[in-house]
Order: sequence, then structure tokens, then C-alpha cells
Amino acid sequence: MELAQDQLGTQVKAQVKNFSFFYGSNKAIKDVDLEVLDCKVTSMIGPSGCGKTTLLRCFNRMHDLYPGTRYEGEILLESQNLLSLDPIEVRMRIGMVFQKPNPFPKSIFENIAYGLRIRGVKDKGVINERVERALRDAAIWDEVKDRLKDMAFNLSGGQQQRLCIARALATDPEILLFDEPTSALDPIATASIEELVIGLKGKVTILIVTHNMQQAVRISDYTAFMYLGELVEFDRTDVIFNNAAQQRTREYVSGQFG
Amino acid sequence: MTNTALSLPQIRKLIQRQNVFDQFVVLALLAAALSSVIVTAGILYILISESVSFFSQVPLGEFFNLVDPKWTPLFDDKNFAIITLISSTLVTTGVSVAIGIPMGTIIAIYLSEFATEQVREWVKPILELLAGVPSVVFGYFALQTVTPFMQRIVLGVQMFFAPGRDEFDYYQLPGFNMLSAGIVMGISIIPLISSISEDAMRAVPKQMREGSFAVGATRLQTSFNVVLPAAISGIIASYILGISRSLGQTMIVAVAAGTQPIYTWNPLDGAATISTFIVEVAKGDIEHGSLEYNTIFVAGLALVAMTLAMNLLGHYLSKRVREVY
Repeated sequence: MELAQDQLGTQVKAQVKNFSFFYGSNKAIKDVDLEVLDCKVTSMIGPSGCGKTTLLRCFNRMHDLYPGTRYEGEILLESQNLLSLDPIEVRMRIGMVFQKPNPFPKSIFENIAYGLRIRGVKDKGVINERVERALRDAAIWDEVKDRLKDMAFNLSGGQQQRLCIARALATDPEILLFDEPTSALDPIATASIEELVIGLKGKVTILIVTHNMQQAVRISDYTAFMYLGELVEFDRTDVIFNNAAQQRTREYVSGQFG
Repeated sequence: MTNTALSLPQIRKLIQRQNVFDQFVVLALLAAALSSVIVTAGILYILISESVSFFSQVPLGEFFNLVDPKWTPLFDDKNFAIITLISSTLVTTGVSVAIGIPMGTIIAIYLSEFATEQVREWVKPILELLAGVPSVVFGYFALQTVTPFMQRIVLGVQMFFAPGRDEFDYYQLPGFNMLSAGIVMGISIIPLISSISEDAMRAVPKQMREGSFAVGATRLQTSFNVVLPAAISGIIASYILGISRSLGQTMIVAVAAGTQPIYTWNPLDGAATISTFIVEVAKGDIEHGSLEYNTIFVAGLALVAMTLAMNLLGHYLSKRVREVY
């Protein structure tokens, strides 16, 4: 779906082209075209089962972990089709934050250092510096700087989720995927995550799935509305919520179904 | 339409009846739970009371003698240094652990993290079959198959490093040795360790694995760095169960490790373990209530103490490293 004229100045970071995804013979994503703009926040909304999470998980090839899944079409990451790359390479370049905080059974420090160690970083100074930077970027440094050796499970849910964001940031991802990152959190923790996402604008490309429409309004620059595996409409967030072109989009954002 | 609603007194009566029934069932459940406690207490009582009568005749210093340990309760010159039996129990258990823990863990990791559903469906029943092999069969497998094999290996190693001598000038592995018994004991605990460890690993939530894959980790990195530490308390529990079973294992050692109570820490020797001694004595005709008879129970108590220590250690370890997810 092409964007209006006023977005021409922004670079396209990833481009979904005539893309479909199958669970077995079930076509879960149907011929989607979508542009993800560099260093902007793009949100995907839609009722449960519309395929927004499924599409998000295509970006880092998460489906490759399970048998019986198949991609069709292209997802270009700066003109390279990431569907033909090694999934490990894709995941090294595209980070992900999950619905439920999923820290590793390790210390706070080791949780962040994990991705660096996977990449073969051995220099202690480099690891220390990047861990601190990631924790600062995820706005959790002040809370954990005195207890980096503590188990990550001892943190609160909101802190764990920011830790997971720091974990993803530590390895400088080109795109950061968020899969309903606040659905398991209370309103205060949610607000801090949203603030964090807004703060990351301009630094990293963000693609976020949310089923809280107001969240999409609060944090995203662009919004894609999906329904039954199809991309119904994609535009600037204010256009989607105030002046959508499609009847179905207008009905959804005004709460008439979903 | 008939009115099926109950009147208030009827409802009260129903609830009352139900409450009496519930209380009865809870009592029955409690009794079932208590029965295991009572049996354990009974066993401990017999072991301890017989041991008390043993220690009224044998000084503690003799029992814990480490200087010149001998275990000859059935001879005229009686010696009761329990370390003689403990050493061989620990050696055979050590060998079995050295085999069973790595093999069991590797199998568990493979089945839980790498094997396809089809492979798992094939391998698991075979492992369960291995768990169902009677220990006496394992014992003769150790004696008749593993020991001759190990004898050839021991000989081959010597011939490789010091060639040129006559075959009978080399050290010969005895027909009864703790090494073969320990190896087979290790094989016998593989199914126990692998199935409990695999359950623990498969209980690790999918999201945690995905978190690791999402930063670019491979399946192997994820297994060792994330799944293994997350499942560690269950894995340790499986190790403890395996070790406890090896400590108490009787038939394999009685058949393959020999029945001579020799004080040795060398796995190439044959020596009687605590459990071997107990079956040996219990087979013979000794007078009920005699000192020889008491030794069975004091040896049994030593074995129970070792197993109990193992279980306490395991409980402590798995509590210390328990993960919540």
C-alpha cells in the first residue's frame, strides 16, 4: 500500500511485497503489501485472530522454529529479501520484545550480555559499556545499577519487560518488533513502556502489535489495520483514526466491532 | 414443566450430607498419606533399634575405624570398619554417575530440544524398555559382556603404551570388578535421569526459548544457555534420584562386583558394597538376634543415612536454584 506524498522524504526500512503466510494449508496472511519507515513507530491493529502477530513474527522468521509453516512473497530489508536469508542472520538484525516478559534464568547483567556473547563479543569493557548503555536506553539503569548480579526474575513485571527491551537494544537491531508488549502489565508499567517506545523514535525502526487502539494513537506514527489476514488500510496514525478511507477501518476504530 | 427446585430445608439437608461425605474422604486421603510416613518410621525404628544393640557390643571407634579398616563380621577375628563397605559403594556409584548423568542429560537435551516428534515417539518407548530390564539381567550383562570387553580394553591400553611383553605379564582386570558393575549401573539409571530431565526441560515455557532465538541464538546455544539453567532444579532432582538408586542398587553389584569386603578406592578391584554384604549375610544362616544379625541392620542404616544425605542435598540444591517462570 503506497503512502501519500508527504512521506516521500522518509526512507523505507522494510517493505512487505505481495506477502502471504501459511500454517499448513491455512492462509493466515493474505497478499499483504506494507512499508515500514525508517526510525518511525508503525503499529498494527485489528481484532483478535486478524494475523497481526503472525505478520510481526514473519519479520524475524520466528515461524521457522515450527514445522508446517510457509512464506510466500517477499519482505525486503533494505532491498534484500529477508525470507531468503539465514533466519539466525535475520534475528541478529531484527530484535523482538514479547507479549509476556521473558527474561532468561540469569542475572540482570547476563540477560543483556547474552546477545553480545552470542555474537562472540568477549571484551569485558565492551560488554560492560554496551550493557549499561542498553539499560539506560531502556530507562531501567537507575533501578538496577546496584543489583546487576541479581536474578532477573526478582524484578517486577514492568521492570522485566524493560529489561527485555534492553536485551533487544543491546545488539543494535535495525528493526525492533514489539508483540503487544504491555498486555500483561498494569497501567503504570504500561505508561513507562509507552514512554520508552516514544523515546526510541528516531533511533530505531519500531513495529508494534497492539490490541489497545488508544496505545496505537499515543505512540505510533503510522498504523496498519488488519482484518482476517488482510491488510485493510495503512496510513499515518491520525489519518487512520480520524479520516480513514475504508469503511471497515472507520467501523473498527470507532468501536463498532472487534 | 415440573418444578425441580429444592426447598430450603432440602438444600440444607443435602449440604449437610455432602459435608459429612467430604470429611470422610479427606480423612481417608490423610490416612493414605500417613501410611507412607508410618512405614518409613517403622523401617527406621527397626534399623535403629537393631543398631543400638550392635553398638552395645561394638565400640563406635571400631565401626568408624579408618586406620586399618577391615569388615569381617562373620569370621572369628571380627572387624567392623564400615568404611570398607562404604568405599566400594561410593566407587560403584561414582562410576555409574560418571556414565549415567552425562548420557542421561544429553539424551534429555536431544529429546526435548532437537528430536522431531517421530524420533521421540520411537526413542521414548525404547528408553522405557531399558528402565524395565530387571537388575539381575543387568548384573549378568555386566559380568558376562561388559567385564570381558573391559578386560580386553585394559589389556589393549597396556599393550599400546608398553608393547612387547607376553600377554600374561600385563595387568589383568579381575573377573569381578567395580568398573563393569558401575558402568552397567550407569546404563540402568539413564532412563530415570533422561525422562525426568526431559520433563523438566519441556516444562520450560516456549516464550523463554523464543526470547533466546529472537536475539539470534542457535538451537544449541538456546538449549545450553537458557533451557538447561531454567530446568536445573528438575534436572538436579533426576540426578539425585539416579544417585540414590545407584547407592542402593543390589543385584548388579552383587553379581558383577564381587562379594569380598575389601577396602579399596580402585574401580578396577572387585569389592562388596553395603547392599552386597546385606544380601550375602541374609542368604546365609545366621542366628536371629546375634551380633552377625545386627550387622545387617547397621549396614542398612549406613545405606539409608547415605541416601538420606543425598536427598537432603538434592532438596537443598533444587530449592536454592529453583526458577520461577
